[in-house]
Amino acid sequence: MRPVANHPVEAGFILPGLPHPLLCPEDNPGWQKIRNAFNRVRAKIEEINPDLLLIYSTMWPSVIGHQIQSNPNPEWKHVDELFHNLGTIPYKFRVDADFANEYNKLSQKRGLHTRTVNYHGFPIDTGSVVVQKLVNPENKYKAVILSSNVYADRAETVVFAKAGVDALQEQNKKSVAIVVSSLSNRLHEKFIPANMDKIHSQKDEEWNRKMLELLGEGRLEDVAQLSRQIQREARVRKVTSFKPMWWLVSVMGAHNCYNGEVLEYQPIYGAGAGVIALTRAEHAARNLEFDEEDPEKFAGDRNVLSLSAESLGEMSSQSTVSHNPEDNEEDL
Amino acid sequence: MNVAAGKIIAGALAPHPPHLVYAENPPQNEPTAECGWEPIRWAYYEMQKSFKKKDYDVIVVLSPHWQTYIGTHVLAVPEFKSLSVDPVFPNLFRYHYDLKVDVDLAKQICDEGKEAGLEMQLMQNPDFRVDYGTIISCHMANPDWDKPILSISSNRSTHYYSPDYMQGISIPLGEVTRKAIEKSGKRCLLLASNSLSHRHFTKEPPIPEDMSYEHIYNHNQYLWDMRIIDMMRKGQSQEILDIMPDFVEQSVSEADSGAFTWLLSALERPTYPAKIYGYGTVIGTGNVVAEWDCDTKGAEQ
Ligand SMILES: [Fe+2]
Repeated sequence: MRPVANHPVEAGFILPGLPHPLLCPEDNPGWQKIRNAFNRVRAKIEEINPDLLLIYSTMWPSVIGHQIQSNPNPEWKHVDELFHNLGTIPYKFRVDADFANEYNKLSQKRGLHTRTVNYHGFPIDTGSVVVQKLVNPENKYKAVILSSNVYADRAETVVFAKAGVDALQEQNKKSVAIVVSSLSNRLHEKFIPANMDKIHSQKDEEWNRKMLELLGEGRLEDVAQLSRQIQREARVRKVTSFKPMWWLVSVMGAHNCYNGEVLEYQPIYGAGAGVIALTRAEHAARNLEFDEEDPEKFAGDRNVLSLSAESLGEMSSQSTVSHNPEDNEEDL
Repeated sequence: MNVAAGKIIAGALAPHPPHLVYAENPPQNEPTAECGWEPIRWAYYEMQKSFKKKDYDVIVVLSPHWQTYIGTHVLAVPEFKSLSVDPVFPNLFRYHYDLKVDVDLAKQICDEGKEAGLEMQLMQNPDFRVDYGTIISCHMANPDWDKPILSISSNRSTHYYSPDYMQGISIPLGEVTRKAIEKSGKRCLLLASNSLSHRHFTKEPPIPEDMSYEHIYNHNQYLWDMRIIDMMRKGQSQEILDIMPDFVEQSVSEADSGAFTWLLSALERPTYPAKIYGYGTVIGTGNVVAEWDCDTKGAEQ
């Protein structure tokens, strides 16, 4: 088994994209806490010192396949179409166009319909702008931003992520993966005073807590498996499914072998804003919901998300998982 | 401005596929096309002729592509000049716009809406980028841009709850729009900037304007579009509102935006026929260009 460092995606982050922590954190202590958590993410990224930030934004919907931002120097004065009263966000980013083109090429090789977008004035979504401004304010790192294909379901999203790993390997680059997404995404239906913010409903709150519990245990694959149910119960149906966890788990490695850290969780205008970091662990999380060995008699947890018993020589939920994508990938 | 009581002089379905402006090759748009989607563009030409004959002060448009999840927003900055790049079809639409907004009317609609209990907000950030739906519908309705406009956002209530809930917001929004216009003393043209059926292909042909690829997404969509158009011809606005939730859900209609409901409500659910200028598909979606003339009430037909 190759060492952990062999996987080109060194860490994953789930970050909210609403503009309040950037534009008016002082208006609500929770928004300020999210802002502070972004600062911690920034420090973690600097520690890793990746070659690029790979950003999958749920706030950039696309309908003609998947789109990949490839303008090397996008620059604009961004205004959110909903929270325009919070102000303008001028931005200038560095995009790894070379990598974007590679990602596009290798996505197509895997049968996907993708294209790069390189146009002055292309409307980069609020979430991608906010996240970059907060975790990469000096443009120390180049980024590549990926759209969320409205019509893609799990299979397509998973393959799209694999193409990202292909591209990182091809260019020998290390990266961190960033998902721009709220947990529950239902906003209040009326404008509220900033100090009155809360999660929209108890149901959303319960789902957010469940996601945080699992992610805090490093169980990314388990959360990904719940995506369809999360979509039905805790997401406003703007798109066909809740995809970011499918992308993230596929780009990082489809298992539960992570150290999960919930850096913050707060409401932003009713939506569940979680700042979550996932780094690679040597051992899978405990208490996994494995498929049963025998439906009549409980015989202990079974490893379905890690290497086979033969290769390990024993059955253990504390098994080691390879973080080399080539070791775990199934045949395409 | 006309000093008499204000009124809506006409309302129209004015869909906004960027392909139409692309195929028009106006100087404002960067990409250029050889041809494409002529039946819809020719329909727009006929509607333009009708609008040119009318005396009006402002174009009021409700656009599905200014999407607000909290309340309904109204443009309220006197002038906008910038570049609009379509996020879905940036290869087709990169349009340099320079337009004027009737801020007084914006404030009146906003106030009237608030009084009726609707969640309303003025959009007063001068750096705001006007959405491409607004720009395309206004360009196709009035390519000279010699009238101020007013853009109203699409509250995403269909997605939050259901098309029925959307109608619960869009019907009163239409009513307050009409009231505000009457109080304003202005003569207004209303545009609902939506396609009918809205399933579209998820791949684009190598030449976007290659019409050998263009057809309705499926027969179900076509049947729905023809049913709605038939009802428009018969002046069955109330019936359209009645079946709107089914239409939205079954044909994935862009009327989910509330634009069509808002229009029919603002026109007081016309019982006279709409003038159908033409119908065509764009990347599989169904688009009708149609006008309700509030003066003739379809009498010339
Ligand atoms: Fe549209």
